[in-house]
Amino acid sequence: MLKITKFIVQDLFRNWIILLYMIFLMAASFGFFMLEGQADKALLGLLNLSLLVVPMMTIIFSTMYYYNMYEFIVLMLAQPLKRKTILSSIFLGLCIAFGLALIVGLGIPMLVMNYSIASLMLLGVDLLLTFIFIAIALVAGIWTRDKAKGMGVSLLFWVYFVLIFDGLILLLMYNFSDYPIEKIILYITLLNPIDIGRILVLMQTQAAALMGYSGAVFNQFFTQGWGIALAFLALLFWTALPVFISFRLFHKKDL
Amino acid sequence: MLYKLLIGFIFFACSAEVLSAKTWHVKPKSDLSEIKKAVEMAADYDTVYIHNGTYFEDLITIEKPLTIIGVGKPVIDSNGGDEILIVASDNVNISGLTLQNVGVSFLKDRAAIRLVEVRNVVIKDNILKNTFFGIYLQKSSHCKVISNTIIGDAENEINAGNAIHIWKANNIEVIDNMVSYHRDGIYFEFVDQSLIRGNSSKYNMRYGLHFMFSNYDIYKNNIFQHNGSGVAVMFSKQIKMIENQFKDNWGGASYGILLKEISDGLMEGNIFERNTIGVLAEGANRIRISNNNFINNGKAINIKGNCLNNEILSNNFIGNTFEVLTNSKSNLNHFEGNYWGQYKGYDLDKDGIGDVPHRPVNLFALVTDKIPAANMLLHSFLVNSMEMAERMFPQMIPEHLIDKKPQIKPISHDSYQRTQ
Repeated sequence: MLKITKFIVQDLFRNWIILLYMIFLMAASFGFFMLEGQADKALLGLLNLSLLVVPMMTIIFSTMYYYNMYEFIVLMLAQPLKRKTILSSIFLGLCIAFGLALIVGLGIPMLVMNYSIASLMLLGVDLLLTFIFIAIALVAGIWTRDKAKGMGVSLLFWVYFVLIFDGLILLLMYNFSDYPIEKIILYITLLNPIDIGRILVLMQTQAAALMGYSGAVFNQFFTQGWGIALAFLALLFWTALPVFISFRLFHKKDL
Repeated sequence: MLYKLLIGFIFFACSAEVLSAKTWHVKPKSDLSEIKKAVEMAADYDTVYIHNGTYFEDLITIEKPLTIIGVGKPVIDSNGGDEILIVASDNVNISGLTLQNVGVSFLKDRAAIRLVEVRNVVIKDNILKNTFFGIYLQKSSHCKVISNTIIGDAENEINAGNAIHIWKANNIEVIDNMVSYHRDGIYFEFVDQSLIRGNSSKYNMRYGLHFMFSNYDIYKNNIFQHNGSGVAVMFSKQIKMIENQFKDNWGGASYGILLKEISDGLMEGNIFERNTIGVLAEGANRIRISNNNFINNGKAINIKGNCLNNEILSNNFIGNTFEVLTNSKSNLNHFEGNYWGQYKGYDLDKDGIGDVPHRPVNLFALVTDKIPAANMLLHSFLVNSMEMAERMFPQMIPEHLIDKKPQIKPISHDSYQRTQ
């Protein structure tokens, strides 16, 4: 398994797109911190950017990569190897490659320019989001042989988590604004990993005070030890869920 | 002739009276070791010197014009007791004292120095520590409170007093004081024609400056920083607020300044930095807000729909999360010639004024004002894209709240023509 993982990581790092992704992240983070005098503001900019780009990049690339590796997977299956081993090496390989790109591209600039809890939180959140969206990409890839369809599903997931989910929440809040919905919203938030990540980081910055009463509700939750733990647990659950589904699918799939 | 002589005699008698003013020296372990006794024995216009040492006294009532001077910062300690100095006569000067440890009372607003219905009293260069209320002026006029340092011990709003508390007064000058750790730094109620200048009010539980029913006042060059809620100016008219600094009032319900039910004022050359809300205006009318700097606030200006005919001119808005927030669809105020950090327009003719008007109201700011829970979507992609769309095709933001002459570059306020 480790051999295959190593091979995949090597293969990925030969791919210039990952390198480009890393360089882009690095340029963006250094740029934000240098152009913006206030570290807090720069971090918010980076948060905005990374929550948009990291899931998009990982989900599109991973879906593509799965389809490109299709022949390789079929070849591997001819060997005396477990299906589980093959899929986990692919997943691990992607995670390691994207994780490293993220740590180098985002983590190093942040730790150099602004070493703080919020920075660490942002890095942690982005890492988990990387894993989550790689897993979702694998689900989409395994689910259908059709490249176009798989890509469409992946993008749909991305749009859903980035845009549609928030839109639905806003709609919900509009319609139930007469009720004390803060607590409920708080738990609904846990249904979207990107929202969890965003609020987790936001609460570590001064922006928290902007949010007034409902901010205080979130603040109380997301700055307490168990709140943060629960949020990260939710993120881990969000990683585990698509991983589990993809393994189930891959196990039964007639490739 | 006799008449002239008489006048001459009276004049002589008077000057002799002044010249004959005696000095009294209060020293520990001497014949005169009690301030109360010295004040009792002194005649009008005498000078009482209080020498270095600690005096445990309270309720020293001054009922004649006296000058009380501390030599080497003598300490008068109330030891948790009642008020220390009560001034009930005109023309009293008090300087150079250290007053401390007045006990907290829930029945009486105990103060280190209380002025009761007097004129021409000067309180200068004193240090007040842990005195519940610091300097308390009631029904007085033409008094000066200068260069005092007043440090409280307040931990919560309920059992804290105000550092400088002025109630029903006129022509008061509060200059160069440092007040901190009280409920309100400076408290004005029914105070007219007064001046607050060069004070620094920090770390107070509630307001740095609390201002009510006071008209025709000026406050200038003050610093208000790290106060619980900031500064409140309420139910007043003709107030001039010039070159003050409002900083670091950061918290769920904090603001730089609250303008509530005030009219015909002027705010000029102030700096608002790192406040949750820079200026919160409710029922403010005909205020001219010009040449101020709004830097890194959460919301720079929150101007409610009941504000009328205010002029917001030539200000700099830099690095604020939201620039202007309002809760009305119509706009009855005038915005012109400001520099807006979030302005996305261009300037083809290079005259320094943007060619497209700027809409400083942010859609999301409006949404969160209506639905506070929507705050959890702050900085999300959905919100950012909605804002962009709204700015291009306004639907919800007040259409007429625009700055027709947005500046391309920040305005340098050094050269502005003061209208005053």
